[in-house]
Amino acid sequence: MRKLLLAAALAGSLGAGWAEARTVRWAAAGDPNTMDPHSQNLGTVTMVLQQIYDALISRTQDLGLAPGLATRWEQQEPNRWRFWLRAGVRFHEGQPFTADDVVFSIGRAQQPTSNYGIFVDTIERAVAVEPPVVDIITRVPDPILPNKIASLYIMSRSWAEQHNATRPQDTRNRQEMHTVRATNGTGAFRLQTREPDVRTVLVRNNDWWGWSEPESRESNITEIVYRPISSDATRIAALLSGEVDFVLDPPLQDLNRLRQAQGIRVLEGPEVRTIFLAMDVHRDRLLYSDVTDRNPLKDLRVRRALYHAIDIQAIHRTTMRGQSVVTGTFFPPQVNGYSREEDVRLPYDPARARALLAEAGFPNGFGITLDCPNNRYINDEQICQAIVAMWARVGVRAQLNAMPLGPFFQKIQREDTSIYLLGWGVPTLDALYSFQSLLRTRDGGPGNGIWNYGRYSNPRMDELIVRMQTQSGEARMEAIREALRIYREDVPHIPLHHQMIPWAMRANFQIPHMANNQPYFRWARMN
Amino acid sequence: MFAFIISRILQALPVLFAVALISFAMFAYVGDPVAIMLGQDFTEAQRDQLIRDLGLDQPFWVQFATFLGNAVQGEFGLSYRLSRPVAELIAERAPATLELAFTAAALALAVGVPMGVYTGLHRNSWLSRLFLTFSLIGVSLPTFLIGILLILVFAVWLGWLPSFGRGETVQIGGWSTGLLTVSGLKALILPAITLGLFQLTLIMRLVRAEMLEVLRTDYIKFARARGLPNRVVHFGHALKNTLVPVITIVGLQLGAIIAFAIVTETVFQWPGMGLLFIQSVGAADIPVMGAYLLLIAVVFVTINLIVDLLYYAVDPRLRIGRGQGGH
Repeated sequence: MRKLLLAAALAGSLGAGWAEARTVRWAAAGDPNTMDPHSQNLGTVTMVLQQIYDALISRTQDLGLAPGLATRWEQQEPNRWRFWLRAGVRFHEGQPFTADDVVFSIGRAQQPTSNYGIFVDTIERAVAVEPPVVDIITRVPDPILPNKIASLYIMSRSWAEQHNATRPQDTRNRQEMHTVRATNGTGAFRLQTREPDVRTVLVRNNDWWGWSEPESRESNITEIVYRPISSDATRIAALLSGEVDFVLDPPLQDLNRLRQAQGIRVLEGPEVRTIFLAMDVHRDRLLYSDVTDRNPLKDLRVRRALYHAIDIQAIHRTTMRGQSVVTGTFFPPQVNGYSREEDVRLPYDPARARALLAEAGFPNGFGITLDCPNNRYINDEQICQAIVAMWARVGVRAQLNAMPLGPFFQKIQREDTSIYLLGWGVPTLDALYSFQSLLRTRDGGPGNGIWNYGRYSNPRMDELIVRMQTQSGEARMEAIREALRIYREDVPHIPLHHQMIPWAMRANFQIPHMANNQPYFRWARMN
Repeated sequence: MFAFIISRILQALPVLFAVALISFAMFAYVGDPVAIMLGQDFTEAQRDQLIRDLGLDQPFWVQFATFLGNAVQGEFGLSYRLSRPVAELIAERAPATLELAFTAAALALAVGVPMGVYTGLHRNSWLSRLFLTFSLIGVSLPTFLIGILLILVFAVWLGWLPSFGRGETVQIGGWSTGLLTVSGLKALILPAITLGLFQLTLIMRLVRAEMLEVLRTDYIKFARARGLPNRVVHFGHALKNTLVPVITIVGLQLGAIIAFAIVTETVFQWPGMGLLFIQSVGAADIPVMGAYLLLIAVVFVTINLIVDLLYYAVDPRLRIGRGQGGH
């Protein structure tokens, strides 16, 4: 019997175009908090889940859109998108994939305990029209719905109901939910072992619909073993000693050594994350400044002076060791709506900065506290140290307040800050998300200005954001361009750079570098 | 004896209460669990709902009383970070930490005591000097550096031992052990050395000093005068009398090894309670931190009690003193 099974397995594997089992062992600093597909929207969670779960639309290697569980889609009316579903797909535990699972998954992501709300925020309801067709009705016209739907994982309704997991998490109940450690997707790999903080083992799903696609036909990965290693030095030692094949987040200071190491390859690429300074432009007096009669940051000249004083090339060269893309705007080129013409910095010009400060009534500068995380972004604290030194040269006496991400985010979310460093990723890969969260007036509307802790407010900007939400085509691009122009003129932020993310791997392992910092093992190969 | 144990347990209660209170008060400063749980996108309503669900809108004393009431029943709630019961998480990690801690302690004793005796007896031999030099390294190098050096030499250069993790484990009831597999034993070597090295050198130096002290006493001279063989004098009389301070130190250090395995566990990605604690601090996971700190307090109190009882066994004078109601 066993021999028969073995022979069958062997025949199956030969038929699929790969000859032997290939295991890839990989590591990063953090472990996924949960295996639930609609609970925590974090890179450490999705880096595992997107191997297991499919969305209606999948991403291409340059983050474009490609058919996923839906083979095509169309905006048939301003408020209605139609999706044609792929036939013959089954979940890992055997349930057939149906339109009802799509309706269920959207509803599940809309629950208040889901962190995936932004991807379904405009959806009024989803309707299974006939077995292979789903209509999504939106409350307002949503031109970028496909971009968002590409991040919404589809799970099986019957499986979720069977395991009493129809909600993403339950903070009131003291019971562990089934979905915290179990999965049932339609994706390229299925979960075999899940030991939180120790190891997560995935095995190839030979029935996956996508193995015949040109990009994944060459992949020979049959097993993926993920083990978190939080200590930087140990993670690199494990790579050098051959205990792991691939490290997602090698520390910057080790890159030079890794590049020279025998049998190790470093892949470098941009990340969809922009680092900038945001500031209090709302209060009449700053909370943390020695100017007591007014708020200097409300004065455009002061904001421009702080901008002119920053020698971004020095930060790029020294602090970031060349691993950053200097920018004059707040999202990178991979994001829909990016405009090369509007990506222009105010030049580094300390003399001009001093003149502007004097003009604004601060010939001797002023004092202010810069809040900065010290373990969230690449070299975050060092960037802030460099900026403090650069401002000192034009007379601005900044005090650096660096802290771990927990207290840092708590502080800025209470708006208990005068100026702070923030890094912003764009999961929808569309400009609207950045504009709406960071620059829209905080009026309590869902998603409006929820990360606008400096309370920037500009009626024209708000108008343009509404146009981005409802219009499509050239009119929408025009709105984005104008908003970017206002961003440059108004200086609500001081943009710094887009982060670069290096990946390190053994030379016999190949995987395309992705700007969303997610490995796609369906495209990987082990030689 | 029984009355003694009861009185020590009663003394322990205020200690545990104080630990609970202080750690609970500190949690207000580790960060906002709500902000971490909500992620990047949320509405005010979602935020308020979560704060209510977690009971964080209650005044401090109410929250503390709820925590204590639940803790007494062994109920520590659900981890914010992992959405799993805290007691279960800690029970899962405890075997890894305990195996590591006891291996490290056994290593420290098995190597440290003979080295201490040897250096005490042969004060001027070159080997003693070598041991003493080596012990300086053990005392002065910080744990994480020792760990990284060992990884560099034995994992990266020589490729003999794994640089991280626990290897294959075998599940026996609720206990996962790495002691029964080759990869598990190999994985244990470097972390146990790292964790035990400081204790080893400490024990060695302590035993040496005590030996030197005891060997000068009259009863040793008398034993020699009676013509007892060296082996009996050294190990039967001298070593036994050096053990009281050694037991105290080893006992207290065992608590320290368990509690402060954090650094070693982080360096070697050892899946024990210390690593769990560090990760919980990063995520402001208050239920896990509270339970862990209480547990460590219980460990210290228990070990202290055992050490006190061991004194009785080793030092007859204490027994007599207690029997006469003295002190």
